[in-house]
Amino acid sequence: MSAAGDEASPSRADAFVELENVTVTYGGGERAVNALAPTNLRMVKGDFVALVGPSGCGKSTILKLVSGLIRNTSGLVFVAGREVGAEAMRVGMAFQNPTLLPWLTIRDNVMLPLKIVPPFRGQYRRKRKAEFRDRAEALLASVGLAGFGDKHPWQLSGGMMQRASLCRALIHDPQLLMLDEPFGALDQFTREELWSIMQNLWLERKPTVILVTHDLKEAAYLANRICVMQARPGRIIEDRAVPFGRPRTIEMTYAPDFVALTHHLRDAIFSNRATKEAA
Amino acid sequence: MTQDTKRHIASTALIIGFFLAWELFCWAGKISSVVLPRPSEVVVTLFERRDAIWPHVWQTLFTTLIGFALGVGIGVLIGISIGASKLAYAVVYPLLVGFSSIPKVAVVPIFVLWFGAGTVPAILTAMILCVFPVVVNVATGLATTEPELEDVMRSLRATSLDILTNVGLPRAMPYFFASLKVAITQAFVGTVIAETVASNRGIGNFMLIASSNFDVPLVFAGLLILAVLGVGLYVIFSVIEASVTGWARRKDLAMG
Repeated sequence: MSAAGDEASPSRADAFVELENVTVTYGGGERAVNALAPTNLRMVKGDFVALVGPSGCGKSTILKLVSGLIRNTSGLVFVAGREVGAEAMRVGMAFQNPTLLPWLTIRDNVMLPLKIVPPFRGQYRRKRKAEFRDRAEALLASVGLAGFGDKHPWQLSGGMMQRASLCRALIHDPQLLMLDEPFGALDQFTREELWSIMQNLWLERKPTVILVTHDLKEAAYLANRICVMQARPGRIIEDRAVPFGRPRTIEMTYAPDFVALTHHLRDAIFSNRATKEAA
Repeated sequence: MTQDTKRHIASTALIIGFFLAWELFCWAGKISSVVLPRPSEVVVTLFERRDAIWPHVWQTLFTTLIGFALGVGIGVLIGISIGASKLAYAVVYPLLVGFSSIPKVAVVPIFVLWFGAGTVPAILTAMILCVFPVVVNVATGLATTEPELEDVMRSLRATSLDILTNVGLPRAMPYFFASLKVAITQAFVGTVIAETVASNRGIGNFMLIASSNFDVPLVFAGLLILAVLGVGLYVIFSVIEASVTGWARRKDLAMG
């Protein structure tokens, strides 16, 4: 397994995201919760890493660390060669809940980051009517929402809102894209459709993506690498490259080598849990 | 006929029926107008004495609106400063509940002590009654922003002001307008109480004088004016609410 691990982890020099012996502890004293044991993770620019594992294994913690929403207790978190938070990094986020603002149209929702993130921020007043609007419309069209810009979120289905949420995460050309179970609440068919859309968006723009998911098939379909995590304390127990070529198709998910990979991931998660319970 | 028109017709019929029943009850029971005047008597009194009543109506309306405007302004400021921070919300809320549970009638003598009888205590009483519903609603609207949405904004390096103007305030709007409808009726209560206790002008004052003269139809005329003013302002704020925060109700419809 160590050979695969070496192959998957890039060398330090070209790492875009780097976690070095990072730990996170919530709370203090007696009730301190060790959310993340010393963890190392390296990602090259444009990489796509999926974090899978049981609830409470620290998947979302890693996501929040890299996007600068929480601070590590010890260790180092580098993004683009600088410590996280030191420099304004463009980050896009999407969650299981689409969190669109109900009082704005879909287009205005998608344009929200342009209103806030530099350098777009300064140009917002001037360009929102023409250039930014076209940009939002083009992005909406690329996820199959052409013509829905003037609708309000409550007029859309769950899958459509999630597409709009992805557009909002991408409109400002983020260097980092953080996806926290964005397809978790959708039905199987909508989910598979969105996997394909997500893959296309990534192939076109090549942001560095971290995807948190419970769905092993989703992880194997979308990611370049899959990190299997364990809970109490949260840690990465396996870092595995996904060998399949791009673009991947739903058909491929039924191929023997794909099934073998997801089966192996499942075993990795469950065997570890079993030994823990036995001990 | 739609469900809505049916409801409107039913409400109108109920209101007319209420006054008819009142009229019939007084007429059949031969009840003296010193005890309970008939609605028709009240309307006649209102019309005959309109020149004497009119200045009092203006006095009460202006006092109420000034108190309301002050109360809403202060309420919004306090509400934003409390609601913008989870800590401030948790720290200040108990004190706020304590203040809001004081019967506001009890503060009128204090205002009279400080500012003397007249318009000022009435404005302040109306104001103080408006402040609390607005503060509580604005703060609640701001403080209940979804944590994930805040994560989205913070990951974009949004400042607190960005989050407040783009997410917090629009989100608090339905709460704010709901509180305005409560606040305007409360403002009337405050004005009339203060006018009754310590003023020589306003509807509260003329009702007090009328009742000490046993001019009961005039007392009821005052009540009728207050009801009409209250309903009128309530309707105005409902219409504004519907046009500004329609999205909040449409969301409910879409989800239901």
